[in-house]
Amino acid sequence: MPYVAVKGGEQAIRNAEALLKAKRRGDQAVPELSLEQIKQQMQLAVNRVMAEGSLYDPDLAALAIKQAWGDLVEAAFLLRAYRTTLPRLYYSKPLDTSVMTIQRRISAIFKEAPGGQKLGPTFDYIHRLLDFKLAAEDNDFVAPGSDKFDIKESTPRVAHTLAQEGLVIPPSDGENNNNHAIEDSTQQAAPFDITRQSLTTPTQRDARLQNLARGDEGFLLSMAYSTQRGYGKNHPFAGEIRMGEVEVVICPEELGFEIAIADITVTEVQMVNQFKGSKEIPPQFTQGYGLTFGYNERKAMAMALVDRALQAKDLGESIDGPAQDEEFVLYHSDNIEAQGFVQHLKLPHYIDFQAELNLIRKLRSDYERNQDLANSASANAEHGVSNSQEVTTA
Amino acid sequence: MISSSSSPPPVTESGSELLSVPPVNPEPGFNFAYLDEQTKRSIRRAILKAVAIPGHQIPFSSREMPMSYGWGTGGIQVTASVIGKEDTLKVIDQGADDTTNAVNIRRFFRKVCGVATTEKTEEATLIQTRHRIPETPLKEGQVFVYQVPMPEPLYFIEPSRTEANKMHALEEYGPMYVKLYEDITKYGRISLAYDYPVMVNDRHLMNPSPIPRFDNPKMDMNPALQLFGAGREKRIYAIPPYTRVKSLDFEDHPFSVENWDHACEFCGATDSYLDEVVIDDQGGRMWICSDTDYCERRQRERSGSAKKLGQ
Repeated sequence: MPYVAVKGGEQAIRNAEALLKAKRRGDQAVPELSLEQIKQQMQLAVNRVMAEGSLYDPDLAALAIKQAWGDLVEAAFLLRAYRTTLPRLYYSKPLDTSVMTIQRRISAIFKEAPGGQKLGPTFDYIHRLLDFKLAAEDNDFVAPGSDKFDIKESTPRVAHTLAQEGLVIPPSDGENNNNHAIEDSTQQAAPFDITRQSLTTPTQRDARLQNLARGDEGFLLSMAYSTQRGYGKNHPFAGEIRMGEVEVVICPEELGFEIAIADITVTEVQMVNQFKGSKEIPPQFTQGYGLTFGYNERKAMAMALVDRALQAKDLGESIDGPAQDEEFVLYHSDNIEAQGFVQHLKLPHYIDFQAELNLIRKLRSDYERNQDLANSASANAEHGVSNSQEVTTA
Repeated sequence: MISSSSSPPPVTESGSELLSVPPVNPEPGFNFAYLDEQTKRSIRRAILKAVAIPGHQIPFSSREMPMSYGWGTGGIQVTASVIGKEDTLKVIDQGADDTTNAVNIRRFFRKVCGVATTEKTEEATLIQTRHRIPETPLKEGQVFVYQVPMPEPLYFIEPSRTEANKMHALEEYGPMYVKLYEDITKYGRISLAYDYPVMVNDRHLMNPSPIPRFDNPKMDMNPALQLFGAGREKRIYAIPPYTRVKSLDFEDHPFSVENWDHACEFCGATDSYLDEVVIDDQGGRMWICSDTDYCERRQRERSGSAKKLGQ
C-alpha cells in the first residue's frame, strides 16, 4: 500500500464516530448500562464529573459518563460544552453550609466537636481488601439504622470555636484585602465569575476558589501534597470536614423574596493552618477552604490546602513552592484546557514542521561549511607549522 | 503502512467535487452559530477593543466549545460571533481545505449556521485558518480569523503573564531582541521558523500564530480584517485593514523568508509554500503547494482539471 497523507473527509470522521459508538457499546449480549445504574452505582464518578464539569446535574453527568466510555475527564468536558449553551439566569445566595442535612462530619483538631461527629459513608477505616463476594450479583446491602443526625439543624462550625478566641484569621474574601471583619461579605461587590469573565492575574480569592472548585482533582491533589512535602509548607490540620445536602436559594429581583430552587450535595473542608505571624499580624491560625459539588472529599481537602498555599501573597509569606504561585496553579488546574492543549499535538503540524526542516537543513549546511573552513584552516596552519619546524631544524 | 515501492502517491481528480456549497437550513436545537446572543455580543465587544488597539491582546470570557481547547476554539468563537447568514465561509488547516480539522470545523458551522461554504479564497467573505495565510491575496471586506494556541509572544522569555503584561505596557521588548541577537551569535541566523514575532502598528509586539515566517509579510498592509482568537488562553487580538506589520529583524540581519529549490509537482508554482511529501521509504520526496485552493486553481487554468493528494 503506498503512503497516503493523513487528510480526511467527512466520511472518515463519520466512520470514526460510528466505530467509537460500537466499541463503546461492547458485546451486544451484555445488557446496556442505564443512566439510572450509573447515577446510583457510580455516584462518586458522577460527583467528580459534576464538580469538574462545573454543572450540578446527576442525570446529565451520568449521560456524559456513558457517552464518554467511562473517561471522566472527557465526561466533564461534555458537561462543560453543554454548559456553554445555558443562559445564566440568576446568581444564588451564598450557600449556608452551617444549615446542612449532614451525612458526614468530622474534626481532627478537637476530641469532641460541638454538634458531634459522624463518620458516614467513608472508605477511611475499611480494609482495602478486594471483596470477592461483590463480584457476584444480586447483592443486598442494608444501611444501618440512622441516628438523630438526619434532622436538619444548624451545626456550628468548629473553626468558630477558634474564631471566638481570636486565634484564627478570617481569610480575605477577595474584593477587600484589608478587610478584617468579613462577616458581612455577602453585602459586598458582586463576586468575580470565572465562567463569564476572563481570569487575569494577579487575581483575588473569589476567582481563585472558583478556579480550584472545578480544577482537576489529580492536579490539586499533587499540588496539595507538594505543600506537605515542604514546597510551601504551612502545616495543616483538618479543622472540619462535612458532607451533606444544602439548599440553593435565589432571590429574583422581580420577586423581591427568596425561593429555594434545589437541594444539592456538597463536601466542605475547613483546614486550620499554622502561621507564624508577620510585622503587622500576631501569630495565629489561618484557614484554607475547600468546597465541591457532591461527595468529593479528597478533592475538597486538596482544594483547601491549595487555597491556603495561595494566600501566601496576601499574608506576606515568601513564595517558594509551585502551589503558592497563583499563575502556575490557576492557569494549569483546568483539565478541560489541559487535555485539549496536550492532545492538540495530534493535529497536523506539517507546515511548521516543514519550516523547522528547512531551518535545520540551513543550520546544518552553515555548520558543515564552517567545519570545512575550520578544517582547511587548521590543515593550512599545521602545514605552516611543520614548514617552520623544518626551517628551524634546517 | 509504508511500502518499499516507490510508486507515486495516489491522486484524485477533483473536477467533479463541489468547491462551493450553497447555504442550507441549520440543524434545529442550537442558537445560530452555537453561542447565545449575549456571549456573541461580549466577544464582539472584545473584538472592537482589539481593532482599536492593533496587536494588543484583549481578555475575553472564552466558553467551552464542543471541540477541545487547542483545536481552534478561539478562532471558532471569533467566527461564531461575527458570522451572519449571508456569509460564505472557508476553513483551512495547514493551508488545505481537506485536512481533518478543517473539514470538522466547516462541518460544525454548516450544522449550527447552515452558511454557504467554499474552498475558493476569493469567494469567501470569512476565512478561518490554522497555520497558514492563503497564497491568493486577501481583499477588502474579507474577515480572516486565525486560530491561536499561544497569544503571548513573550511567553518563552517570560512565562508569567503578570510580568509580560507589564512589559507590553512599558513597550519593554528588549529581551525579545536579545533572544534574536543570541540566535545570530550562536547560529548565524534567527532560528525561528514559525511563530515569528511581529511589531504591529509600531507599538505592540504580537505573536502571528504558528504561521511559517514565509507568511509574515502577507500580514503587512493587508486589505482584509485579521482577527486572532485564543480560546484556551482567553485572548483576542486584531490587525485592522492596512496596518503596518513588521517582522522583527536587525539592520545587518534583515528579515527573510525561506524558498525552495523545487517547484510544485502539480501546478509548477515557485512562489508558494511547499509541503514536502514523503512518497516512499527510500528517501523519495515530492513537493506540492500547501495551499490546495491556489494549487487547484492554477492547475485548472492550465489544463482544465486538477489533481490533488488523496486516498
